[in-house]
Amino acid sequence: MEFFRNPNIDFLGKKWYFLAFSLVFSVAGIFSMLFWHHIPYGVDFRGGTLVYVKFSHTPDDNALRAAMDHAGLRNAKIQRYGAAPDNEVLIDLDVQETSEQALDKGKTQIINTLETNAPAGKLDLNNASSLAIKNHLLDKDPLHLGSDADQKYSQQAQAIVDTRDKAQGGVLGSFDQLKGPVDPAVVASLQDGFYLSDFAVRNVEIVGPQVGAQLRKQALLATVYSLAGMLIYLGFRFEWIYGVAAVVTVFHDTLITVGFFSLTNTDISLTVIAAILTLIGYSNNDTIVVFDRIRENIKLMRRENLSEIVNRSINQTLSRTILTAGLTFLTVLALFLFGGEVLHGFSLALVIGILIGTYSSIAIAAPILVAYQDWRIEKGKASGRNARPGQVVAR
Amino acid sequence: MNKNLLWKLALIAGILLVFLFGIFGIPQSFSGQGLLSAMTSRIHLGLDLKGGTHLILQVQVNDAVNIDSDNAMETLKEQLNSRKIAFADITKPDPQNAPDKVVLKGVSPDGRKDLLDIVSERLPEYNLSSGADNTWVLTMKPQMLADMKNKAVTQAIETIRNRIDSLGVSEPTIQEHGLGQYQILVQLPGVDDPGRVKDIMQSTAMLEIKQVLGGPYPSEQAALQEKGGVLPADAILMPGHGAPGAAAGEQSWYLVSRISAVRGKDLRDAQPSTDQNGQPNVRFQLTGEGGQRFYSFTSAHVGESLGVVLDGKVQEVANIKEAIRDTGEISGGSMNQQQAKDLSMILRSGALPAGIKYLEERTVGPSLGTDSIRHGVNAAIIGMLAVLIFMLVYYRGAGINADIALILNLIILLGFMGFFEAVLTLPGIAGVILTVGMGVDSNVLIFERIREELRNGKTPPSAVDQGFSHAWITIVDTHVTTIVSAAILFIFGTGPVRGFATTLTFGLLANLFTAVFVSRLIFDWILTRKQRGEALSI
Repeated sequence: MEFFRNPNIDFLGKKWYFLAFSLVFSVAGIFSMLFWHHIPYGVDFRGGTLVYVKFSHTPDDNALRAAMDHAGLRNAKIQRYGAAPDNEVLIDLDVQETSEQALDKGKTQIINTLETNAPAGKLDLNNASSLAIKNHLLDKDPLHLGSDADQKYSQQAQAIVDTRDKAQGGVLGSFDQLKGPVDPAVVASLQDGFYLSDFAVRNVEIVGPQVGAQLRKQALLATVYSLAGMLIYLGFRFEWIYGVAAVVTVFHDTLITVGFFSLTNTDISLTVIAAILTLIGYSNNDTIVVFDRIRENIKLMRRENLSEIVNRSINQTLSRTILTAGLTFLTVLALFLFGGEVLHGFSLALVIGILIGTYSSIAIAAPILVAYQDWRIEKGKASGRNARPGQVVAR
Repeated sequence: MNKNLLWKLALIAGILLVFLFGIFGIPQSFSGQGLLSAMTSRIHLGLDLKGGTHLILQVQVNDAVNIDSDNAMETLKEQLNSRKIAFADITKPDPQNAPDKVVLKGVSPDGRKDLLDIVSERLPEYNLSSGADNTWVLTMKPQMLADMKNKAVTQAIETIRNRIDSLGVSEPTIQEHGLGQYQILVQLPGVDDPGRVKDIMQSTAMLEIKQVLGGPYPSEQAALQEKGGVLPADAILMPGHGAPGAAAGEQSWYLVSRISAVRGKDLRDAQPSTDQNGQPNVRFQLTGEGGQRFYSFTSAHVGESLGVVLDGKVQEVANIKEAIRDTGEISGGSMNQQQAKDLSMILRSGALPAGIKYLEERTVGPSLGTDSIRHGVNAAIIGMLAVLIFMLVYYRGAGINADIALILNLIILLGFMGFFEAVLTLPGIAGVILTVGMGVDSNVLIFERIREELRNGKTPPSAVDQGFSHAWITIVDTHVTTIVSAAILFIFGTGPVRGFATTLTFGLLANLFTAVFVSRLIFDWILTRKQRGEALSI
C-alpha cells in the first residue's frame, strides 16, 4: 500500500497562500490574547482553589450557586465537569479568595457549604479517610478482636474505602453497598458513627499567589530555553540560518497553539505547557527531516537553484512527513478521545500542535531558507559580489 | 543464518531479558495478578494515579534569624551595661524584612573602642558599621546569614520528616523544592485528607517552662492595672487557658518571666499519659543538662509557681512544692486522647526552627486516580493497536518488523523505568503513547527511504543498506532535539510533568536501539533467506 508515489507539488509556489493562512491564525490568536480572552491561565499559573466534587445524583447548578452565595463565596464559578452521567461539578475560587495565610480556607468553606443536614456527632463516610474509619472501628470494636485488632481493622477500613472509591465510583448511596467485601458487623457499627452525604470530593487543587507567579516564570523560562537549545543544536549541526528557520517555525506553532487556547478560552495548565514543549521538539523533527534532505540534495544537484532543490526535498519526504504525522496524530487522538478529562488540555494541545507542526515544516521552514537565499543574492548583486545558489546550505 | 546474525540475536535476547527483569523483577507468580503486582512494586505510581497529597510549603527563615539577632541584641545590651557605656536606644527597626539588623543609637564617643571589642569578641558572626550621630548598625555577616537560612530549611525538613514518619505515612517525599527559595516539597501518597497531617507538620511546638510572676488575670488590661500600668522589665504577659472552673474557651492572662528555665531542646522524651482524674495529658522528661537547670531553678523557687508554655501559650500552672529534676506534664485544658498522642509526638520530633506557610496544596482522591489509570491505559492500548495495525497494512512484511521493534521499544522503556525506580504519572502514560507515535517515525523514515531506493532500481540488499545509512543521520538529529525538550521539561517541571519527561526520554533512547539495530537485524535475516532478485515485502 502506498499513498504517495513520486509526488510533485510546487509547495514554494504556494508560499503566499501559506503565509496568508498562518497570518490569519496568528493574528486571530494574538488579538484574542490581547483583547478578548487573554491568556486563559489555569489554576497552576493564576493561583486559586479548585474543588472537584462528585454527586450521587444530578447536581442542581442553581441550588449550588445559591448555597455558595449564601456562604459568602460570591465569586465562585460553578461548572459541570466531565461526562453528564458522572454527576461531577468543578467549583472554582479565584486567587483573591486563596490567601497564603489560610491556604485551604476556601476549600473548607466549600465543603462545609455542601455538607448540609449532617447529623450531629457523625462523620461523613463519603469523605472519610481510611484512618478515620479505622479509628472508629478500633473504638467500637464490632468484631470483638483482641490483640491483632489494629491490623484487622486497617484491612476492613481499606476494604471500605476501596469499595467506595473503586467499585462504587467514589460516592456511596447506602451502607448496603458495602456488604460483601466488608464484614456485616463492621457495616452495622459504621452506621453508629457515620452518615452518608450526597457528594465526595475527588480532587482539590489550591495554588497560592506566590507559587502561581513562580510557575508562570518557570513555564516561560522553560519555553525560552527549549527554543534556545534548538537554535544552538541546529546551528551546530547545519548552519545558523537553519536554526533560525526552525526556531521561527516552532515559534509560529507555539503562537498558534496558545492562540487556539485563547480563542476557545481553554485553561492553560502545567501539563499544557508540557505538551507545548513536546511540540517544540516534535515540530522540529519534521523540520529536520526536510532540512536533512535539502542538505543531501544540494550535494547531488549542483545545477538546480535552491527553490527547486527545496521543492524536490519536500516532495521526497512528503510521504514520510504525512505518515508519521498521521500515526502520531492517531495516538494523540486516542488520548484526546479516551484519555479522560484530566488529560483534556494536554491532549488538545498535542492534537492542534501536531497538525500545525506538520503544516509548518512544509509551509514555513523551507520557504524561509529560500527567502534568505534570495535576499543574499539581491544583496550580492547590489554590492557587486557574486553569490552562488546553494551556498547557503552545505557544510 | 550466519554467525554474525546469531551474535546479534543473542545480544537482543539478552537485552530483552534484562529489561523484562527491570519491569517485573523476579515475579512470585506468573498469573496476571502476580505479574501486575510485581510490576507495580518496581514502577511506582505517581500521586495523580495513586491518590495522595502534594504540598509546597515555605520556611519563614526570617524567624530563625530573628531569634539569633534577638539574642545578639540582648548580649550587646548586657555587655554595654556591664562596661558602663551609655547609649540612647537599641532596636530592630525592621524585623520583617531585615531581621538581622540591630540599630544602636546615641553611643557616647569614648565607648567606640569597647563597642568594637564587644562585637569582635562576643558577636563574631556580626558586622558593625557606624553611621551619623553616633549611630551604629549591627548586621549579620552575609555568609552567616545565608548559612543560617539554609540551615533553617534543612532542619525543618528533618523535623517534618520525623513527624510524618511517626504518623505512619508510607513512602513520603520530603525534600527541598528547587523552584523557589526556602521551599519544601512534601508528597504523601495515600493521604487524601491532609488536614491533620498539615496541623501536625505546621505546629512549631516550642516548649518552655517559665516562672509565673502573677495571674491569672481576666484580661491584659486587668494585669496592667494591678501592676500600676507598667510591667516589670524582665516579665511579659502571656495568654493561658481559663482558670479552673471557667467556661470552655475562656482565656486568662499570666505574667511570666521573660527568660525560660527550660526550652524545647532540653526535652528528652514525651509520652501521652493520663492524670489522676483520668484526663489525657502528656508527660515529658528532660535531658541531663536541662534537668540540672530545672533542678536549680525549682530549688530556688520552692513555694512559687511555674508555667508550662507551648507556642507562646501558658498550658499549665503549678506550684513548686519541692525541687524537681527532670519530669513534668502538660494537660492544657481539655485534651483528648488523639491530641495528647499528637502533641507528645510533635514534642519528641523537636521544634521547628522557624514557622512554615503553605503555598500550594493538591489532593487527588483515590477514586479519581483509579479513573485516571483506566482512561490512560485504555487510550494507550487503543492508540498502540491503531499504530500496529496501520503499519501491518501499509508496509505488509516490513510492518511486522516495525511492530516487533515497537513492542520491544515498550518493554525497554518500562524496563528502564523499573531500573531507575521512576514514577509513572498520568502524563507519563501519555508519554508512553507519544513514544509509540514518535518511535514509529524512525521506522517510517527508514522504510520510506528503502522504498525510494527500490524505486530507483537498487537491489533489495543495497536498498536496505542505503535506506538505513541515509535515515540514521536524520534519526539522530530528531531524537536529540526531542530529548533536549524533554530534558528541559524535567529540569523545570515537577510531579506529573516530570513523569512525562522521564517516559519520553527513556522511550526515545530505547527507540534509537530498536528502530535501527533490531529492525536492521530483522531485515538482514529476511534477506539471507531470500533468493537473489526476490522482491522485499515493504
